[in-house]
Amino acid sequence: MSRPKNQNYKGHGLSKGKEREQRASIRFKTTLMNTLMDVLRHRPGWVEVKDEGEWDFYWCDVSWLRENFDHTYMDEHVRISHFRNHYELTRKNYMVKNLKRFRKQLEREAGKLEAAKCDFFPKTFEMPCEYHLFVEEFRKNPGITWIMKPVARSQGKGIFLFRRLKDIMDWRKDARSSDDQKDEIPVENYVAQRYIENPYLIGGRKFDLRVYVLVMSYIPLRAWLYRDGFARFSNTRFTLSSIDDQYVHLTNVAVQKTSPDYHPKKGCKWMLQRFRQYLASKHGPEAVETLFSDMDNIFVKSLQSVQKVIISDKHCFELYGYDILIDQTLKPWLLEVNASPSLTASSQEDYELKTCLLEDTLHVVDMEARLTGREKRVGGFDLMWNDGPVSREEGPPDLSGMGNFVANTHLGCVNDRNNQLRQLFRSLQNQKKVSS
Amino acid sequence: MLQEESDLSLVIAQIVQKLKGSNLYAQLERQAWASLQRPEIKLQSLKEDIKEFFKISGWEKKLQNAVYSELSVFPLPSHPAAPPEHLKEPLVYMRKAQGSWEKRILKSLNSMCTELSIPLARKRPVGEQKELLNKWNEMGTDEPDLSLFRPVYAPKDFLEVLINLRNPNYENGDSLSFRTHLGLIQVPLKVKDIPELKEFFVELGLTTGQLGIDDSTQVPPELFENEHVRIGQKVLAEQDSAAAQQYIRQGSPTALRAELWALILNISSQPEDILYYEQLKTNVIQHDLLVDSLIYKDVKLTASNDDYYFVFEDYLYQVLLCFSRDTSVLGHFAYNSASPPKSYIRGKLGLEEYAVFYPPNGVIPFHGFSMYVAPLCFLYHEPSKLYQIFREMYVRFFFRLHSISSHPSGIVSLCLLFETLLQTYLPQLFYHLREIGAQPCKVSIWFLTHRTVP
Repeated sequence: MSRPKNQNYKGHGLSKGKEREQRASIRFKTTLMNTLMDVLRHRPGWVEVKDEGEWDFYWCDVSWLRENFDHTYMDEHVRISHFRNHYELTRKNYMVKNLKRFRKQLEREAGKLEAAKCDFFPKTFEMPCEYHLFVEEFRKNPGITWIMKPVARSQGKGIFLFRRLKDIMDWRKDARSSDDQKDEIPVENYVAQRYIENPYLIGGRKFDLRVYVLVMSYIPLRAWLYRDGFARFSNTRFTLSSIDDQYVHLTNVAVQKTSPDYHPKKGCKWMLQRFRQYLASKHGPEAVETLFSDMDNIFVKSLQSVQKVIISDKHCFELYGYDILIDQTLKPWLLEVNASPSLTASSQEDYELKTCLLEDTLHVVDMEARLTGREKRVGGFDLMWNDGPVSREEGPPDLSGMGNFVANTHLGCVNDRNNQLRQLFRSLQNQKKVSS
Repeated sequence: MLQEESDLSLVIAQIVQKLKGSNLYAQLERQAWASLQRPEIKLQSLKEDIKEFFKISGWEKKLQNAVYSELSVFPLPSHPAAPPEHLKEPLVYMRKAQGSWEKRILKSLNSMCTELSIPLARKRPVGEQKELLNKWNEMGTDEPDLSLFRPVYAPKDFLEVLINLRNPNYENGDSLSFRTHLGLIQVPLKVKDIPELKEFFVELGLTTGQLGIDDSTQVPPELFENEHVRIGQKVLAEQDSAAAQQYIRQGSPTALRAELWALILNISSQPEDILYYEQLKTNVIQHDLLVDSLIYKDVKLTASNDDYYFVFEDYLYQVLLCFSRDTSVLGHFAYNSASPPKSYIRGKLGLEEYAVFYPPNGVIPFHGFSMYVAPLCFLYHEPSKLYQIFREMYVRFFFRLHSISSHPSGIVSLCLLFETLLQTYLPQLFYHLREIGAQPCKVSIWFLTHRTVP
């Protein structure tokens, strides 16, 4: 039976040809003790291995990866939850470098308009090496606020805002005599980023969005977008007048937890569905469609920018947590990408979101070899990019290039994953029966 | 026939009387005068020409909406000799029950006042006024010491009163029979059964499209959703209140909901409305009321702790504090079984000339009151508009959820309807819940008093 050759029918990365063997049991290993452990332990046919036992699946942390990946042999079927050099995407200074390079390339190949689609990252400079470039930019825009972020830390630690050059004297890259350099403690690498002074506010409060993207491979690029996510609110009202108040500006839950106003019962999170509905009732469905498709653009372009540098090992997959900030013109900005998004649950709702997210991640990774490889949706995940854009419609893509293309993403939409999974697995079972 | 006609002309006369004092009347008059300049207005056919002009320019529609709005709270026809209390509540025993409930609330409020030695109202010193004005948009950051305040009552206290309601003319008999009502409400009010409900809510029938059901992901939008949205936009363009009310019985599209509700309630933010709200705000700044503390406490206990409403905390203060001072709300007591509490100047107890309503709007907030406003914050972001919408919804609908009356949309009837349906169609469940001490009304009283819009 011949199939028309088009992108929608491309498999999404399962080994072609050779029949994938079904394993009797899948040995997993992980050091994380939260929702992930619950999900792994409850998965039928999965057994935990501890210490030095052999494993088929390892949800590791990045430090283990750094030390052991290069001298660990993995069978073909084995899966591990990080890419070797994921930091090309997740460390702020590398991310900026890669994006800038990608942007230049796009401009050369496809023109200014296309390159402008990469302008979702606020102007960023590495410190101290780009100090002088930064000062140039700083002087061009007097009076604006900048934010300093340590390159490698998380949970809001070490971040501060500034408006005057003297606040960042430590990062001044001066010509120093070699004697001085020996004695000085090297400064930690930071990035200075233009602070978005007009964030979209709800109830006078600033918030950012956490979105989950699952990448199964980089070459070719295959990425899935999860429908659920949440908006994290700052506990206090937004005002530019007090840039010392960490609690207003940094919306990371970790920072909010320490704010004197923080009451654990006072959930600081809104599910994305509620957020999307709020925006739709305020701005209308078209504006919301535009915003969400701009966000799709952020996910795809950011992944494309590191496509060539990330070592695309077929054993690897990665679940990223994207942090997005919306400004008052409804433009989304990329704040950062997390390779190890927090899997600890802050509330019952959060627990359910994360367990479903992880269950669906494991469905897509498909250690049980149940999927055909042609699925466009698995549970709450929609296939967003499959070596090319994926359309919501079935059938051959509209080759005329006219804009009837609707992307296969449903961020913030209804997530009837239970129904979908039931139907999916039932039809997979039937297919197996027919072919055996 | 003659009686109906004279009834109708009476209704018309009453509505005209009410509208005469409104801003719309002044505007119509102005428009009529201005229209005399227009070439199509001829002296011979003055009346018809002006009417035609009103029709074309949309003023007739505005008048229609205003009349519709008045009709929605117009009392049901009654005996001409009936005293005004009958408009509030025709059944004596209900009136009495409401009266004694109010006495209890006031007693509780007064004793709290005395215990804490806090006056019911006090003028703020200038410094405090300035501070409040500065903080107007973020009153939630204030953390006054509210530990000594208690909510005046909670829905469960109110439920206790409803449970003890009895019609003295009705003898239930001690013997249990299949007629015995298993629920908590023991008053013989007529409630609809399923066939009647089906007729009443005909738009929820299986053969009618509904948003929320027929626009789910599996259903192609061409079948219902697209057309329904298109009609919604048309209704908004026509600015017809009655049409809008009929339209949303099949569900309201998210993007149109705010405008549709405003249209149905006949709310359009005129400069006078914004001015009125600003005036209320000034009242708040100048005087501090005891009920303000009750409002603060309620917001902190309920909305601030809710995952979805905590962002709107500041809006809630801006609405509720002004609401307490809005004397126009007193108008609704003509058809509400409740009556506004009165406060007498010291030493002049009982003398009507020395009485004032307290709080100025006559409504004492109870535990959970702020949750009436909270969901509206999703739709309206401008404080004066949010305020208008909430006030209108309160005087049309919400007041019925916490006053004792025999009205078919009142809380007593709603509870009884709920229990009756449950007992009729799920008797085993009802019996089981009773046995384990979870009477359905007790379990769902919060939902009934807060989530039903009669």
